[in-house]
Amino acid sequence: MAELIVYGIVLGSIISLGAIGLTLVYGIIRFANFAHGDLMSAGAYIALFITSVALPWTGLPHTTFGPFSFGWEMVIAFPVSMLIVGGVAIGLDQILYQKLRNKNSNAVIMAMSSLGASFIIRMIILILWGSDFFFYRPGVLRPAIEFPLGIKIRPDQILILFIVFLLITGLHLFLKMTKMGKAMRATADNMELAKVSGIDTEKIIIWTWCIGGALAAAGGILYGIDVQLHPAMGWNFLIPLFAATILGTIGNMYGALIGGLIIGISQQVSTAFIMPTYKPAVAFVIMILILLFRPKGLFSGGKE
Amino acid sequence: MTILTAKDIISGYTKVDILYNVNIKVEQGQIVSIIGPNGAGKSTLLKTIFGILKPRHGKVELKGEDITGLKPDKIVQKGISYVPQVDNVFPSLTIRENLEMGAFIRNDDYSGRIEDIYTLFPVLKDKSNQKASQLSGGQRQMVAMGRALMLDPGLLLLDEPSAGLAPRLVSMIFEKIIEINASGVAMIIVEQNAREALKMADHGYVLAMGKNVLDDTGEALLTSEEVGRLYLGG
Amino acid sequence: MEFAGILAYLVSLAIMAGIYAVFCLGLNIQWGYTGLFNIGIAGFFCIGAYTSAMITSPMPTGTYAHYVHQLFGLNLPFVFGLIGAASICGIVAFFIGFATLRLGDDYLAIATLGIAETFRLIFNNEQWLANGPRGLMGLPQPLAGLVDPKNYNYIYLVIVIVILILIYLLIEQAIRSPWGRVLRSIREDEISAAMSGKNVLRFKIQALVFGAMIMGVGGALYAHYTKAISPDVFTPLYGTFIIWVMLMAGGSGNNKGAILGAFLIWGMWIGTKFMTDLLPYTLKARAPYIRFLLIGILLEFILIYRPQGILGEEKKVSKLIE
Repeated sequence: MAELIVYGIVLGSIISLGAIGLTLVYGIIRFANFAHGDLMSAGAYIALFITSVALPWTGLPHTTFGPFSFGWEMVIAFPVSMLIVGGVAIGLDQILYQKLRNKNSNAVIMAMSSLGASFIIRMIILILWGSDFFFYRPGVLRPAIEFPLGIKIRPDQILILFIVFLLITGLHLFLKMTKMGKAMRATADNMELAKVSGIDTEKIIIWTWCIGGALAAAGGILYGIDVQLHPAMGWNFLIPLFAATILGTIGNMYGALIGGLIIGISQQVSTAFIMPTYKPAVAFVIMILILLFRPKGLFSGGKE
Repeated sequence: MTILTAKDIISGYTKVDILYNVNIKVEQGQIVSIIGPNGAGKSTLLKTIFGILKPRHGKVELKGEDITGLKPDKIVQKGISYVPQVDNVFPSLTIRENLEMGAFIRNDDYSGRIEDIYTLFPVLKDKSNQKASQLSGGQRQMVAMGRALMLDPGLLLLDEPSAGLAPRLVSMIFEKIIEINASGVAMIIVEQNAREALKMADHGYVLAMGKNVLDDTGEALLTSEEVGRLYLGG
Repeated sequence: MEFAGILAYLVSLAIMAGIYAVFCLGLNIQWGYTGLFNIGIAGFFCIGAYTSAMITSPMPTGTYAHYVHQLFGLNLPFVFGLIGAASICGIVAFFIGFATLRLGDDYLAIATLGIAETFRLIFNNEQWLANGPRGLMGLPQPLAGLVDPKNYNYIYLVIVIVILILIYLLIEQAIRSPWGRVLRSIREDEISAAMSGKNVLRFKIQALVFGAMIMGVGGALYAHYTKAISPDVFTPLYGTFIIWVMLMAGGSGNNKGAILGAFLIWGMWIGTKFMTDLLPYTLKARAPYIRFLLIGILLEFILIYRPQGILGEEKKVSKLIE
């Protein structure tokens, strides 16, 4: 059980990365981005492309990287993929959602557009890679480290927690310390007043997408490192992401973090009692319970 | 010198016009009060001047420059600031952050300006790191005005600054408005509290049903029998 | 292909398009007339198909029972399958609506999505319920004894079209009634509808349930056409996404548009299959993805450039209001 909880924290921290991006976008642009899960897939596959095609092509020799299952290529692939997916998210906004915004389309039409975008991303992945499973380093399984209580943790998983911690701390500092970060929070609070204050909200929206996309990419890659890559991985994350977002109160980044951890732990612990394939359903059931009993999430009230 | 004129403004929302050929003018350093019954179009006029609403007809000029139809983020750069009646602070930001947002378009060091605002509203200084959502109504109004003053605007648009405040706070806010005006900021104030608004006004406009009804100096309007009977409650 | 072959092909195409048209009509009640964003159509598709399958087929017996498990098998006529499918879908929709429609448009979307994925998981994992991933096979077909099995599709096409017309007439009737007017007023302006004393939540739930019942019928029609169903049929792509594209293409808020969209998009879907058949062998396995990519891009174009679809919304309100 202790081990399941630790694995749950690992899974939950990955869900949190996606949920934080989703909640930021939701807070500022006010629509449910159904493509967010597939941005995670996009990040994972772009990293796969960099580690398995682009960098080997340069002819540099492959070596392993510390005690981890992947090679040094990932050190480059990880930030590059984050940047690219940040760009993809901005691109989707400029090509699709911005046009709808300018036409004053309602939020549901934008959500539908994002649903379309999610299918487009998934189909591109399927066209390029097919529907098989992939690993960043097939065949390399590093020994797990044994901790008290019989908890076995792979070095990869410790690294995942560390990276998630770094990213979230970074985001926290960005939102609290920088002018752009504060303006993002202000825009999420009250977009009209932000415009009235002279804040260029279109620019804020671009930053939001970039951060949301980059975090989603990080989540996708980390999941790929922890488990595997599959074209439907992002789609399967969608329910846990929304569950975490709603659980943590929509628009609340710290809520999304806690929500993600709760969902992740619940999903892993549930495997002790029911089939692991029911993991997405566990997230769904938690979400429905929240909607029935506390629809504004656990952290409502902080904001007016 | 005239700093702002709005000529023959026809404006409103997508389907309905609220204003029909409204004209107003603001001279340098003046307080201009706009009074009138509910639904007269007072707030609509402010929103139109500030570019939140686009007029269907008419012209807004700032020191002779046509600013009709510019978006709020451009108008702010021209030296006009606007304080909405409701939702006029960022609730999850601290007071200091609220003020910083007012200076978003400034790239220089504006810490001195924040100190100026704290001098104007000393109570805000003590609560500098508190979230705006935890403030009382009067304090929120101060934060809202402080945010709008961060750019040191030549013209400040205030929409019902006394709405929902206790009488003691109302007079305090009005004193602050006079203090701000004394530092050289011209203002357009939309007010329900017509008597107080006219008292401090250099010039007043009475709007009704989206049209200009009367305009004169604040004092003349205050003593006008018609205004007294119709808009000042006897 | 000789003439008879082409004809048979067209008939099978028309049957599927007709079944999809039923789904589009159901979705049109929810989205087109009420503004409800249901992205879990596949869930209702799935429940409708399984319910009707189990109502109309007998419980497996003998050695067969060792290999096929299902919760029940009533061996009732086709009509009961349809009624059962509609009822169960209606009940499920009621619960989803009750839980989410108080909250906001997006919540319904997320919940319907979740319910669709959850049902697919349940049918996949629970052997006892409906035979797990292998699904149910050999489902009975109505009026099957009348003609040579080779020509059965002609009969089924007639059945689908008759049911489609009946549903169309039923919806047209409902939409022109005071009830339909309330739905549209909710879609246009929920607040003023509420202020004029309408119980918005109740009307929304009714619309969700009504639409879901029609989707249940669609699921049943599908099950008895293919005679075999398994959980992997009811994917978001075939079960939800393509139906949305059909409705948006044809024109939401317009029942004729919903039907037109179904036939048009299904025709395009099949048409692009012929195109991708020309692709080199190595790409062929991924051809469906290319086709779905095109459908996805088509949806984005519709949303941006022609959100009203081909036909646009039909004006059902009296002309005086305009």
